[in-house]
Amino acid sequence: MKKVILMTIRRTEQLADGIYRTVLHAPDGDGFGTMLPGQFLGIYPNDPAALLPRPISLCRQEPETGDLVIVYRTAGRGTQELAAQPASSMVRVLGALGNGYDLSRFRGKRVLLLGGGIGIPPMLELAARLAGENGTAKQVIAVLGYRSSDFFLLEEFRKTAGRVLIATDDGSAGTHGTVLDAVREDGTEFDIVAACGPMPMLRGVKKFAEERGTEAYLSLEERMACGVGACLGCVCRTVHRDDHSKVNNARVCTEGPVFLASEVDI
Amino acid sequence: MNFAVEIAGIELKNPVMTASGTFGSGQEYADFVDLGRLGAVVTKGVSDIPWEGNPTPRVAEVYGGMLNAIGLQNPGVETFVRRDLPFLARQNTRVIVNVCGHTEEEYLRVVERLGQEKAVDMLEINVSCPNVTRGALQFGQDPACLEALTARIRRIARQPIIMKLTPNVTSIADLARAAEAGGADAISLINTITGMKIDVERQRFVLANRTGGLSGPCIKPVAVRMVYQCAKAVRIPIIGMGGIASGEDAVEFLLAGATAVAVGMMNFHDPHTTEHVVDGIRDYCRRHHVEDVRDLIGAVRDA
Repeated sequence: MKKVILMTIRRTEQLADGIYRTVLHAPDGDGFGTMLPGQFLGIYPNDPAALLPRPISLCRQEPETGDLVIVYRTAGRGTQELAAQPASSMVRVLGALGNGYDLSRFRGKRVLLLGGGIGIPPMLELAARLAGENGTAKQVIAVLGYRSSDFFLLEEFRKTAGRVLIATDDGSAGTHGTVLDAVREDGTEFDIVAACGPMPMLRGVKKFAEERGTEAYLSLEERMACGVGACLGCVCRTVHRDDHSKVNNARVCTEGPVFLASEVDI
Repeated sequence: MNFAVEIAGIELKNPVMTASGTFGSGQEYADFVDLGRLGAVVTKGVSDIPWEGNPTPRVAEVYGGMLNAIGLQNPGVETFVRRDLPFLARQNTRVIVNVCGHTEEEYLRVVERLGQEKAVDMLEINVSCPNVTRGALQFGQDPACLEALTARIRRIARQPIIMKLTPNVTSIADLARAAEAGGADAISLINTITGMKIDVERQRFVLANRTGGLSGPCIKPVAVRMVYQCAKAVRIPIIGMGGIASGEDAVEFLLAGATAVAVGMMNFHDPHTTEHVVDGIRDYCRRHHVEDVRDLIGAVRDA
């Protein structure tokens, strides 16, 4: 069940240029339960002139406290305000939104996680749930694409995933190029792909997966208003007629944001 | 205290409804709102066959509001009747179905089909969506066209009809009179105001449709003024909307002459807004010793 709650900001820290991490704490017994990787929150700005919730993906749910960690780029007035809010202040949060990843699809498989830019954070919770002691995947290979060596979350991925590869746009570290360039250069083997990142990257991943006949899941982003499936603002073209809309449009906030790559027309 | 109001002989338990397109078919907000506490639920626009809508981006935030260019995407009247209507029929609220079309015939087909459904209490005819280029805009902007369309719909409609007016005209009172002359049972206003947003860093339109409909608190003064002008021009009831966020906002529309109000864009800011508005009107009435909410309708006085 979706709801709006007031959450406390435990702390916010800058991880890289324009990239912030905020830890949100729910009042006891009134959180969103255990969220799925790929799900997101709608954070309402306090600014009375900025009215729409900001969709921000779950980066990590801390196992001990249930606290929700989000990592975001300060792109406009809402995210800038969030990054500047002091610890202990309150923020209104809508959640839990979206479908999230179906973890059963990854069971016993070699999983390739691709994160590009601000698409990196949601891959961390997926890596954490698939790898490690309680993980259900056979192997997790995370490939992270950054603009430069101004990394964020790299240490967290190194602690979580079995292997981590890096690509940078400027060639200052890892493979000079995209996450797919890094995958090809490394020659790593895998059975299934999960990706989040900018649209050109996701188009490349879709093509890459289709050429190899590999099952791939993409976490999509679209301009959103309500976040709960009512306004039909955030649709994505689908290959087949969507069961809810009866046209070739699915709601990113409700049927998504995670889609099987072969089912979306991007 | 009385909070019930009446539109075309149909009683609403309170004057608060939802604005079409901001509340899905009601189910999307059922986690947040007891729909039975609302005067009515007004659905997203329904057409005769499924509509694809516009390309994305379809929405953009602006100062104090938002722009949208959804393009009336909807699954069509048959899916609506089969899937969404049974849910609404169980909610102990009035059901108002918003009807859209490109041509007169398309409107009439939907109106005729919904005439078979007892669960539908009223129809709201969307003659004013700024994001659909073919047909609808002309119907809503030309008084003669609006009167003719209203009359044709009135002849075949089994339920009361509410004509939803566009603010994108020089004189909205002329359109209100045309709707009344055509036989409308009520009018609702305002639909969104056509706007535009440009991303100056990228030097591009923010919306794929270039223009979109402006809604939210930033349009409220325009909406209140238009409700007032229409209330002076016609005798049929008016449903007022435009940026309503609180009981006081709703009362402002009632004082201007609206019989009922609708909560739109602010559902996106807080999914509980409709219930807050219901509670807020009650608080206002207590505070001002108003025994009957209907006493507020058109009760504004000079400064």
